[in-house]
Amino acid sequence: MYEQIARNKRASWLLVVGLVAILTALGFVIGLALFGSETAAFGLLGVFGIVAIVWSLIGYYGGSRMVLAVAGAREVSHEQAPQLWNVVEEMAIAGGLPLPRVCVIDDPAPNAFATGRDPRQAAVAVTSGLLATMNRDELQGVVAHELSHVRNYDIRFMTLVGILVGVIALACDFFLRFTLFGSRGRRDGGGGGNVVFLLIGLALAIIAPLVAMIVQFSVSRQREFLADASAVQLTRNPAGLAAALEKIAADPEPLRRTNRATQHLYIANPLKKKKLKETSGLFDTHPPIGERIAILRAMEHGTKLSPEASPVS
Amino acid sequence: MIAVIVIIVVVIAIALGLAGIYNGLVKRRNQVSNSWSQIDVQLKRRHDLIPNLVEAVKGYMEFEKTTLTQVINARAAAVSAAPQGPQAQAQAENMLTGALRQLFAVVENYPDLKANQNVMSLQEELTSTENKISFARQFYNDSVMTYNVKIQQFPSNLVAGMFNFSERQFFQAEETDKEVPKVDLKS
Repeated sequence: MYEQIARNKRASWLLVVGLVAILTALGFVIGLALFGSETAAFGLLGVFGIVAIVWSLIGYYGGSRMVLAVAGAREVSHEQAPQLWNVVEEMAIAGGLPLPRVCVIDDPAPNAFATGRDPRQAAVAVTSGLLATMNRDELQGVVAHELSHVRNYDIRFMTLVGILVGVIALACDFFLRFTLFGSRGRRDGGGGGNVVFLLIGLALAIIAPLVAMIVQFSVSRQREFLADASAVQLTRNPAGLAAALEKIAADPEPLRRTNRATQHLYIANPLKKKKLKETSGLFDTHPPIGERIAILRAMEHGTKLSPEASPVS
Repeated sequence: MIAVIVIIVVVIAIALGLAGIYNGLVKRRNQVSNSWSQIDVQLKRRHDLIPNLVEAVKGYMEFEKTTLTQVINARAAAVSAAPQGPQAQAQAENMLTGALRQLFAVVENYPDLKANQNVMSLQEELTSTENKISFARQFYNDSVMTYNVKIQQFPSNLVAGMFNFSERQFFQAEETDKEVPKVDLKS
């Protein structure tokens, strides 16, 4: 369990480093191609960076409320949903977190999500379908997964990744327009050398946004695995979350109020695929649910009561 | 001249680094103390919930007087054991856990009780409180682990040695806890 967590954290950071590398390479190439100097290009990237950051900050600060409203979540009190409240409170204690806001979404499809840029601004929402189909242990597994997203600062992390991808996309867009549609202000740096960088720049400008998006989705999948492992760290009961995911996978109904923008926040991709996939597509925000269940079930083997199961002597 | 500046910068950097490590250790030590107190918070909550449960089930369980009396007595013992120190407190709380488990097992025999919303919600509250006590203990152990690891790892072990940060003990289950509680349905 700790191994899983460490591995996932490493993988996420490697991916982010990859994104930053792409950005640096872009800056270098664009600078040489357009202006004959890297400093100008980095200056430009800085401007794009500020734009992307301001744009994301608006989402970051107003985000929680927006997301909850879009999903149709309503806050509930202890009297209205005692078991749910108790389960959330238990997980908050296990994680040393302040108690988040507890919300319910009226929808028969079982699903859940969490939002909040840090543990003090957190909210957890579950669907009425989830409450109806899960027993206490399974509900606890799902809530633990969602609170782990908050505990690992995933929302903040994914926002950062979003900013990076946004800057890359803006820079490439700018570069493409500049070179294809006009050469105002382009200083002649020196003939042949410039053209080579121009071609490299064009190629990068087309590929880079795609690669950046692929990396972003890959980071999202890594974070889902991390949340699963962190959930087990909270409950110490991998079977609960595994059983919950199995029930969710078996349910054919898609969530009513959802769209591409909010899909990455849920515990299972709410835009349903027709069957359980074996490998993850490049643009999936969630890993295949079969793989997640397999990893969780494998964690159980040290904890079962049967004598041959435990490898530790 | 440059050498002097470099030395000064390096010294300042090391001092800042040490201060950072020291502050980290202080934070973790306080976290350990806080998480220990949180266990008490949950234990007290359980003490407060029990009288309500006993009132709710009393009418229905005329034939289970001994089980009910056991719970009431165990609770009183736990409340009075609280100021006597962690050993006595832990023992009393374990007795109370055992008594409550017997009561829950007995409730299964009474369909009237199971239909009573009041009793069921009280049972949920008590189950939740038991869980919260466990999770509070779990979090305490997690805090102790993080703290102990930091004390033992290099370079924070140097700072820990200088300022007398000592290892904390994990919360251990009592020997009596590991026995299976007897559930007597005939008493």
